[in-house]
Amino acid sequence: MKSWLQHTFMHALVLVGLAALFFVLSEYHAGNLARIMIFAVYAMGYNIMFGYTGLLSLGHALFFSAGLYGLTLSMHLLNIPAAFALVLGILASIIVSGVVGFFALRTRGVAFMIVTLMFAQAGFLAILLAGKYTRGDEGIVLAQATRSIGSIDLSDATTRYFAAYLLFALAYGFCAYLVQSGFGRTLIGIRENEERAQMLGYNVQRHKWIAVVISGTLSGLAGAAFALLWGYAGATFATVQYSIYPLLYVLLGGAGTLIGPLLGTAFMFYLIDFASEITPAYMLIAGVTLIALTLFLPHGLAGELRRRWLRWLP
Amino acid sequence: MDFGPYLFFASLEGAVTSAVLALIAVGLSLVFGIMRVVNVAHGEFYMLGAVFAWYVTSLIGGHPAIGFVTALIIAPLLVGLLAAAADYLILQRIEYDPERTIVATIGLLYIIQQSTLMGFGPDARPVEAPFNERIALPWFEFGESGFAMTWPWGFSTTSYKLAVIAAAVVLLLLLWLVLSRTRIGLVMRATQLDKDMATAHGIPVAKVYALVFGLGAALAALGAVLVVPIQQAHYLMGGEPLLLAFIVVIIGGLGSLPGTVVAAVLIGLSDGIISVFFTPTLAKIIATLLVAFVLVFRPQGLFGKHLA
Amino acid sequence: MANNIKDIGRRQTLKTLALGAGAVAASNTLPGLMGHTQAASSDPIKVGFQVHRTGIGAAYGRWYDRTTEAVVARINAEGGINGRPVEIVAEDDGTDPKRGAEVVEKFATQHSCDVSFGTLFSHVVYGSSPRAGELKMPYFVVSEGHHVASGALNRYTLQPGITDVKSQVEAMGPFIAENLGKKVTMIYPDFAFGHDHRDYFSAAFEAQGGTILEKIAIPPTETSFTRYFPKIPRDTEVVYHVMVGPAVLTFVKEMGEFFGPSRPEIFGFIDSLEAVDLASPGLEFLEGTYFWEGNPRYAQENNSEFDTAFREAVGVDNNGASVTDAKDISTYGHMFGCWETMYIIKAGMEACNYQGPKDRASLIEAVEAMSDMPHSMEHPQGAKRFNGKTHQTFGHQYISQFEGGRLNVVHTTSIEDTLYEDEVDYTKQSF
Repeated sequence: MKSWLQHTFMHALVLVGLAALFFVLSEYHAGNLARIMIFAVYAMGYNIMFGYTGLLSLGHALFFSAGLYGLTLSMHLLNIPAAFALVLGILASIIVSGVVGFFALRTRGVAFMIVTLMFAQAGFLAILLAGKYTRGDEGIVLAQATRSIGSIDLSDATTRYFAAYLLFALAYGFCAYLVQSGFGRTLIGIRENEERAQMLGYNVQRHKWIAVVISGTLSGLAGAAFALLWGYAGATFATVQYSIYPLLYVLLGGAGTLIGPLLGTAFMFYLIDFASEITPAYMLIAGVTLIALTLFLPHGLAGELRRRWLRWLP
Repeated sequence: MDFGPYLFFASLEGAVTSAVLALIAVGLSLVFGIMRVVNVAHGEFYMLGAVFAWYVTSLIGGHPAIGFVTALIIAPLLVGLLAAAADYLILQRIEYDPERTIVATIGLLYIIQQSTLMGFGPDARPVEAPFNERIALPWFEFGESGFAMTWPWGFSTTSYKLAVIAAAVVLLLLLWLVLSRTRIGLVMRATQLDKDMATAHGIPVAKVYALVFGLGAALAALGAVLVVPIQQAHYLMGGEPLLLAFIVVIIGGLGSLPGTVVAAVLIGLSDGIISVFFTPTLAKIIATLLVAFVLVFRPQGLFGKHLA
Repeated sequence: MANNIKDIGRRQTLKTLALGAGAVAASNTLPGLMGHTQAASSDPIKVGFQVHRTGIGAAYGRWYDRTTEAVVARINAEGGINGRPVEIVAEDDGTDPKRGAEVVEKFATQHSCDVSFGTLFSHVVYGSSPRAGELKMPYFVVSEGHHVASGALNRYTLQPGITDVKSQVEAMGPFIAENLGKKVTMIYPDFAFGHDHRDYFSAAFEAQGGTILEKIAIPPTETSFTRYFPKIPRDTEVVYHVMVGPAVLTFVKEMGEFFGPSRPEIFGFIDSLEAVDLASPGLEFLEGTYFWEGNPRYAQENNSEFDTAFREAVGVDNNGASVTDAKDISTYGHMFGCWETMYIIKAGMEACNYQGPKDRASLIEAVEAMSDMPHSMEHPQGAKRFNGKTHQTFGHQYISQFEGGRLNVVHTTSIEDTLYEDEVDYTKQSF
């Protein structure tokens, strides 16, 4: 009962805090936070698979791009209104993650990493191959006038912030619900001991598959939202680098924690942003910081909080 | 070019890729097999090998062969020492935890890349090959006038490319001898089989790990020194070989050195041969999906045992 | 907080809030907002410089950086812009479109820059331009992409200091058809920049009565190329190549090894060898081949006084290398664009009597009103003709032949050769 209260308090703190920050932060930092929230949705999606189910994927950029291009191409080529295109983007990521999950889950461990990586590489190359429609690496700019739902102009700084906030809150609420549901607990059980879960009569493969689809869909939602809110889609987002980012965010923030993805994303963003003001060699600082974190905060920011002080942290 | 010569030509090119890839991948496989960690910075050790080779050859004048041979010794040695130091300073301290190792080696990747960018610069820099003659190749076929030898347009290779293939074969045989016939090889294999048992028998596991990590990196650097007269040193050159080596190790079956070598040959050759039949980007997509589906239907790799 | 609270109102509110909240928060989150309430007439004009310091564009970024420093030093020595000194605020974009957009945002909202400038790689331009438009921040790119003139971007994005790939490529068609051959095989990277070459060159070349025998698109992740060369048909008279990225030298070298003694005519874009030493081993085979150059790397016999002074200011010798390191080769075919663009910003600001960010729209209008620019110290590459409707400049293109290890100009196109029909009229868009 006590932990229920603590959870509710934390969720309220996060959600109210993020809403309040908009009024406190400067325009620049509010803009950053909007981006961080969208990428945190991406990282939360990644966390469902990696943190809670124990599946390490190196191909999440494919799911992100499925949403990104699902929305962008339907708006750009077919003139579909933004709200409907958003649905199509999410649909695209459901299909792609369903197919990838179906095949990739026949493997495990490092083979799973490679298979997801290969599917994502094929996806990246396919975007280049279809350059006639996607404009490859250059990508597509979505006209500012089309980026609105009803009469709400999503390219405006305030609405963009709260649109990002809304998506973040939805994803956060969904994950909070998921991890304490029976399904989520089964996923954790699979992560801890797959054979045991199997023996207890759970359909492990099916659970994993659903986890991949949920994870891919959240990633795709982040991709579609990114394209809609910032008006650009390009093949860069399908590169390996963008598959590594959510892994990094989640590991830094704390795998298998609810708040970890947000912390990790924000930490990484500001690490680069601040370090690049001090020195052009900011990646050096980033590298040293990453190593220091693995040495001194082995469970990530939120993971360490949980280990040391807040054992109830979800 | 006619189909026959083209296929042979692409296979020959594939063989050069295979040779270099085998060295890099065997290095990664050693680390993987014995230490059970994914080293994301492996490609950066490869890159450092090429960069050191550039420094060594540009410091030493005279015939390019002198500088090149020196680089062949010094670059892998330096890279190996650097990697062993990284193992001692970082990986040992995080107890080779798989996830933390990924973050730590990403950190290492950033550090190596940025330092190279600052010291060596963003340009691609060439290293002159010790020898490099173009060798036009003949083609034999039965035509209307019976058996004939022709010299198809562009059908050629270079003496240096052939030497790279030969050098890789020799180096891999040497490595095999070291691992199977020497005490140090025995110690490594014992550590791979059972770390606790090895410790109980008085094997200094920490030192073995540092050695293995250094050796793995040195092999990657060696591959880079061999390839740099063909390709050039550049601070971002480590990404692609890392991916390829990673694939080769898994397809070969985790930790199986012969499997890794065979997989390197298969991947290199198939990459070359598939490019004959399709447009370049489509060929890449097909080769990539082929790897994915080989693993989907044979998750333990081609030569791996049924392990997790 | 509602939309209708204007910038100033917001700033004041925040300032009060921050003062109340304490100095720590203020100094951390609001440094840009302090000191910018009223720009005094002697305050510097701040130019946000989006530079590729890391990532795939780093080789270009370094020289864009040096050129920009040189031109700003010169402008400041001449008394600045409207009597105010120019200050460069440089931020690395990692040659990444996402970071590029963030950097533009940082220029506008954190550093309070007057304009932003300097991007080269097209995907970063595409990624950043929507933000520049939304923030109403003039965005002067130096990219040679066709993005601006194609109409894909917006009224705040301009490319006045460097010509675009469409005009460059189309102007090469007649020269190749008349001098080198009528049957061409094209080799280009399989991404948008390469596709522009493919589409615009093949159209221009076929209009000259030539044929394109084969189009070979190389995936950008490729590091070795030999196995693709057999796709070149035997009856090819001219190989047309353009590659970018770290593997360019490998590409050219392997092409030489493939052809051996029996090569066809070869016409390349200098992008294939930008920042690469032409004395590198393996490049001997290029002897007698042709290159498009945006600006001739080697000082020519009848070199203009402007080019000579430009070289001296940036620190480049007569071979296009750094004066301090003969092996450090510049990106000479592109970097002049930073110099010329900065002078156009100066001319635009002086024409509209630019005072501060409120005059940004007038600055755009002032630049749009520009047309012919003579060959001068402000435009050392050559004369330019700016098209205010398409926000794109047009200029002379150079064709050089590789002779004795250097490039000698053999043909200079007229500006008229490079013109094409307008695809957009940005002046019809509102601010």
